[in-house]
Amino acid sequence: MSDQALKRPISQPRDRQPDLTSTWRVSWVISDTIVMTKRNLMKYIRLPQLLVFSTIQPVMFVLLFAFVFGGAIDTPGVDYINFLIPGILIQSVVFGSSQTSVGLADDLNKGMIDRYRSLPMTRGAVMAGRTLADSIRNTFVVFLMLGVGTAIGFRYQDGLLKALAAVALVVLFGYAFSWIAAFIGLLTRNPEIAGVAGFIWVFPLVFASSVFVPVETMPSWLQAFAEVQPISATADTVRALMLGTPVEKLWYMLAWMAAILAVFIPLSVWKYRRLT
Amino acid sequence: MTSHADAAIRVEDLRKTFGDLVALDGVSMTAPTGKVLGLLGPNGAGKTTLVRVVTTLLQPDSGQAWINGIDVVRDPQRARMSFGLAGQYPAVDENLTGFENLEMVGRLYRLSRRGARDRAHELLDRFDLSDAGDRTAKTYSGGMRRRLDLAASIVSDAPILLLDEPTTGLDPRTRMGLWEHIRELVDSGVTVLLTTQYLEEADELADRIVVIDHGRIIAEGTSTQLKAQIGGDVIQLQFHQSDQLNRAAGVLDRVGAADPQVDESELTLKLPTGDAVSDLMATVRLLDTHDIKPDDLRIRKPSLDDVFMTLTGQPADAFDDNGDSTGSSQNQTAGAAD
Ligand SMILES: Nc1ncnc2c1ncn2[C@@H]1O[C@H](COP(=O)(O)OP(=O)(O)OP(=O)(O)O)[C@@H](O)[C@H]1O
Ligand SMILES: [Mg+2]
Repeated sequence: MSDQALKRPISQPRDRQPDLTSTWRVSWVISDTIVMTKRNLMKYIRLPQLLVFSTIQPVMFVLLFAFVFGGAIDTPGVDYINFLIPGILIQSVVFGSSQTSVGLADDLNKGMIDRYRSLPMTRGAVMAGRTLADSIRNTFVVFLMLGVGTAIGFRYQDGLLKALAAVALVVLFGYAFSWIAAFIGLLTRNPEIAGVAGFIWVFPLVFASSVFVPVETMPSWLQAFAEVQPISATADTVRALMLGTPVEKLWYMLAWMAAILAVFIPLSVWKYRRLT
Repeated sequence: MTSHADAAIRVEDLRKTFGDLVALDGVSMTAPTGKVLGLLGPNGAGKTTLVRVVTTLLQPDSGQAWINGIDVVRDPQRARMSFGLAGQYPAVDENLTGFENLEMVGRLYRLSRRGARDRAHELLDRFDLSDAGDRTAKTYSGGMRRRLDLAASIVSDAPILLLDEPTTGLDPRTRMGLWEHIRELVDSGVTVLLTTQYLEEADELADRIVVIDHGRIIAEGTSTQLKAQIGGDVIQLQFHQSDQLNRAAGVLDRVGAADPQVDESELTLKLPTGDAVSDLMATVRLLDTHDIKPDDLRIRKPSLDDVFMTLTGQPADAFDDNGDSTGSSQNQTAGAAD
């Protein structure tokens, strides 16, 4: 596509090649998404403090649970640190998804989204680029957490390959959650509100799950909730892969992920198109 | 639709409400190809709403809009190939450099990697931003941001350009610089729709002016036609005592095209005039005879306030939803016709 093709005389708008404006072409979806992802990642290069601070909180959680609460939590058959780290990985990507809400709300607030919506770009690319960039950041955070965990005694038990598969699941799960967060960001429009709104709803989900404690210790009504919700399923799967115990909930968690994506991608794109 | 091929932008009975608030109340207008249409109105008039509907950012409640002959509601994606938009607030990514901002927009317009890069360099050059091209936009001044935003809006070389208050908040010199850039674009054949709160700006740039208030078009014409309606220039006298002001009002009763307008709180006297030079000479003679000396005496172009005074019988800020004055800053920039 040369820029010559864009310099059409105004009197012949209908002569434009139709494929110039049909947006579903896969190569454009990909190219727009890459442009947007790059743009979002640049922020971390220009503001490295942002990355530093987004890793401090998960590190604090590791230390808090490993040394403060850990002693009081009984995890039969496994060291608490080995129980904890797989959960922490999920906690950090799920909490991190609130950054997706903030980023989109900020773009809305600053008029960037107006600019993008006035361009003939693919409709989902703004959100796709945002969620992908956040997933790349998540990948970085996850490996950092693994490093911190290893330093204080965490060891994966069943080979590197399974540990890496577990990491991939964590990042994918974070990606799905980012789409929920994207929708929230578009709804709230304001970065401050999005920061809180993007966080508040994941809080009970993370704590009423098997992320930090075995669900068996919860009262039965809470246990029932914790058993069905996606974060527990993911925590159990990731933990099983890292510790070499039987993987029981893989399909269940993948189904959750697929369901989240199937609902929130169209919902976010719909909301994006109907912004005012 | 095709019969309006000569209209770059055409809107037909557009309506848009936000809750109870009627932002567009049946607006119909046409921007002819190759010309500059100025959309003039105070805060809250509906200028931005109109621009947002035309640029596919907002769905109208009813009515239709075409840009380059393309229905913006039915075929928004195709319409987006036809225009560039510089919104009311510059949309530049602060964490990207000027170059990266333009390159990104180029890529999103589907220019090749190489094409986007070349275009970015070319535009930085053209808008005097070459030296700042490798700095993040965070470090840019207001005027530089506006220029970068304007550059971004013409990346695709679209035949139609919409500029929403392109110079609001800029100092007079920066503003004139930006006008120069806009004029260059117009000379290259681009159709421009420009919104502004400044009559002077519409006057400088626009071939035709549409005056809008409360979502309705209240006047339309060339700037000469509108000024004829408003009645030419205004002689403005500034005092520091109200007894001087009132004496002057009495003395100057018969000067000018209409009765003197006395503003007790600002201590100003305004004389609308159709023949500024004769009336100014008469004013000076009369004041001298009666030994009245104003602090300041000037002929100025009619401000938006004067337009509204004439068109609606009320000053612009009486309409203003936000309560901030649209006229006072205008007087400074439109002043000094001496
Ligand atoms: N998204 C929105 N939600 C609610 N009200 C809105 C929205 N956008 C605009 N309005 C209202 O519609 C009216 C017209 O607004 P608009 O922004 O079009 O005015 P404007 O002429 O551009 O004013 P200004 O010179 O201040 O930019 C205003 O009263 C404004 O408060
Ligand atoms: Mg506006």
